[in-house]
Amino acid sequence: MLVSVLNTVINGLLLGGLYAIIAMGLNLQYGVARVLNIAHGEFIMLGAFITWTMYSMFGINPLLSIVIVGPVVFIIGFILQRTLFTSLRTRAPSQGAFEGSSMLATFGLLFIIQNVALLIWHGDMRAYSYYNFGINLWGAVFAANRLVALAFAVVIGIAFYIFLVRARLGKAIRAAAQDPTTAGLMGVNINLVLALCFGLGAVMAGLAGVFISMCFPIYPVMGLEYLIIAIIVVVLGGLGSIPGSFIGGFILGLIGSIVSSWQPSLALAAYYFIFMLLLVVRPKGIFGK
Amino acid sequence: MDIIYNILKNTRFWWIISLILLVLLATLPLYSSAYSVILITAIIMYVILTVSWAMFSGPTGYISLATAAFFGVGIYTMAVLGEQLPLLPAVIAGGLVSFIIALIVGAMTLRLRGIYFTIFTFGLVELIKHLLLYWEVTVTGTRGRFIVLEENTTIFWVILGIFVVLMLTNYFIRRSKYGLALRSIGENEEASAHLGVNVNLVKVFAFGISAFFMGAAGAIMATRWTYVDPYVAFNPLFSFLPVLMAIFGGMGQIYGPVIGAVFFAYTEEKLLTNFPEYFMLTFGIILVLFIVYLPDGLVGVVQRLWRRRLGGQNANT
Repeated sequence: MLVSVLNTVINGLLLGGLYAIIAMGLNLQYGVARVLNIAHGEFIMLGAFITWTMYSMFGINPLLSIVIVGPVVFIIGFILQRTLFTSLRTRAPSQGAFEGSSMLATFGLLFIIQNVALLIWHGDMRAYSYYNFGINLWGAVFAANRLVALAFAVVIGIAFYIFLVRARLGKAIRAAAQDPTTAGLMGVNINLVLALCFGLGAVMAGLAGVFISMCFPIYPVMGLEYLIIAIIVVVLGGLGSIPGSFIGGFILGLIGSIVSSWQPSLALAAYYFIFMLLLVVRPKGIFGK
Repeated sequence: MDIIYNILKNTRFWWIISLILLVLLATLPLYSSAYSVILITAIIMYVILTVSWAMFSGPTGYISLATAAFFGVGIYTMAVLGEQLPLLPAVIAGGLVSFIIALIVGAMTLRLRGIYFTIFTFGLVELIKHLLLYWEVTVTGTRGRFIVLEENTTIFWVILGIFVVLMLTNYFIRRSKYGLALRSIGENEEASAHLGVNVNLVKVFAFGISAFFMGAAGAIMATRWTYVDPYVAFNPLFSFLPVLMAIFGGMGQIYGPVIGAVFFAYTEEKLLTNFPEYFMLTFGIILVLFIVYLPDGLVGVVQRLWRRRLGGQNANT
C-alpha cells in the first residue's frame, strides 16, 4: 500500500517537473510578450530531436546537448519576436486584436516547424537509451533518467525564478509584463525585453525537449500533446504567474498520476475536466491576480 | 465599361449568378464523373465548416476552436442513430445535438473572453474525445463504430442542401438586426449591452446556429466513412482548418470564407495524397504571410481594388 502510494506520488512529481518548465516557458511568452504560442510544443520537439540526432549520430551526451539546444532555440525565438510578432504588434489596433492575430500566426508556425521536422526526420517514433536503469526509492523503482530530468527541471525552474526576482533584467521583465508602456518610459528597452522573453520561453521548451527525449519515445508530431498540457498548467497556475506555472505543473503531474493509477484511460479526460471546470469557476487560476 | 460596373453593382445580378451556379452544382451528378462528385462533396464540407465558423467568430471576434467538437458530435450522432432513423432526420438530429451542446457550452462560457474562450473551446474537443474513448473502452468494450453507407450522389445532394440553407441563414442574419448586434459585440461588448442588445442571448444563439450546421455536416459526412472512432471524428485539424480557410478568404464579406475554403479544400484534395508535408508547410507559410500582410484575406485585396475604381466614380459626382 505504502509503496503504491509512494509510486504514484513520485511518478506524479517526475511528470510534474517536466510540465512545470514547459508551462513556465509558455507563460513567460504569454505573460510578457502577449503571444499565446501554439507552436510552443514544436520547440519541445526541436529540442528532443536535436538531442536525439546528437546522441545517435555523434554520441554526444544528452545533458551536454543542453548547451547546443538552448542557444539554437533561443535564437529562433528571439528572431521570431523581433520580426514576426513585432510587426504584428505595431500594426494591431488593440491589445485583443494582437493576441488574436499572434495566436493565429503561431498556428502557421506550428505547421511550418512540424512539417520541416517531418521532412528532415520522417514520422517514425525514435528513442535512445541513456541512464536507463532502475533506482530504488523506498521500495518503488524508477528509471534514473527520469530522476535526472526532474532534478534538472527543478534547478532550471528555481534558477529562473530567482533571476526574475533578483536580477536587474528580471525586474525589467516583470515591469514589462505589468505595463509595457510605462516600463518603456522608465528606460526599459521594451523590444529587447519582449524578444528576450520569447527566446527564454523557447529555451524552456527546448530544454524540456532534451529531458523528454531522455525518458520517452519522440516523434515529430508530439508537440501538440505537450502544448495542450502546458496550456492546462498555465491556466491552472494563472496566466502570467510564473511561480503559479511551476507549482501548477507539479499539481497537474500528481493529478494525472493519481487518476491513471486508478483508471489509466481517464487521465487525459481528467486533465480537460479540471481545466474546463477551472476556466468556468476561476479563469484567473490558482495564483492569478 | 460603366455598364459593366453598373451590372456588377446590381444585387439582383449576383442572385441570378448564384442561382445558375447552384443549378449547375445540383445537376452535377447527372453529367460528370463519380470522382468529381466526391471531390466537390469534400469541398462543400469544408465550405460549410468555414462559413458556419465565420458566421459566429467573424463578427463577434470570439475565436472558437470547437468546430471539430460539433462536427464530431454530428458524426457520432449519425453512428448511433443512423440505423434507426431515415437519412434526413438523422442528419437533422446530428445538427440538433450539436446545437444543444453549443447552447450549454455557450451558456457556460459567457464570462470568458478572448484567449480564454479559445482555449476552452479547444479543450471541449479533447474532453469529448477522451470521454468517448473511455466510454468505448470500459462500457461498450469496443473501439469505434460502423456506419451505414450511403450513395455518393445522395450524400452530395444532402450536403448541397445544407450548404444552401446555411448560406441563406447567413445572408439573412447578416442583414437583420441580429447581425448588427453580433457585429456590435465584436466592436465593443459593453457598449452594445448598454445600447440594449441582449448580449448573452445573441452570442449563445449565434454559437448554437453555427454549431447546428457543423453537426449536420458531420452527420452526413459520417455516411461516407463507414468506420469512425473518436480519433477520426474529433480530429483537431477540423478545428484549425476552418480558421485558416476563413482568414485566407477574408471574413469581411459573406463570400470570403467560401472562396478560401474552396481554394484550400481543392488544393488539399489534389496535393495531400502526394505531398502531405509540403502541403501543410505551404499552408503554414501562407497563413503567416496572410496574417502579417493581408489580414483581410483575398476578399480584402479585391475590395481594395474595387473601392479604388468606385472611389474614382464618386469623386466625379
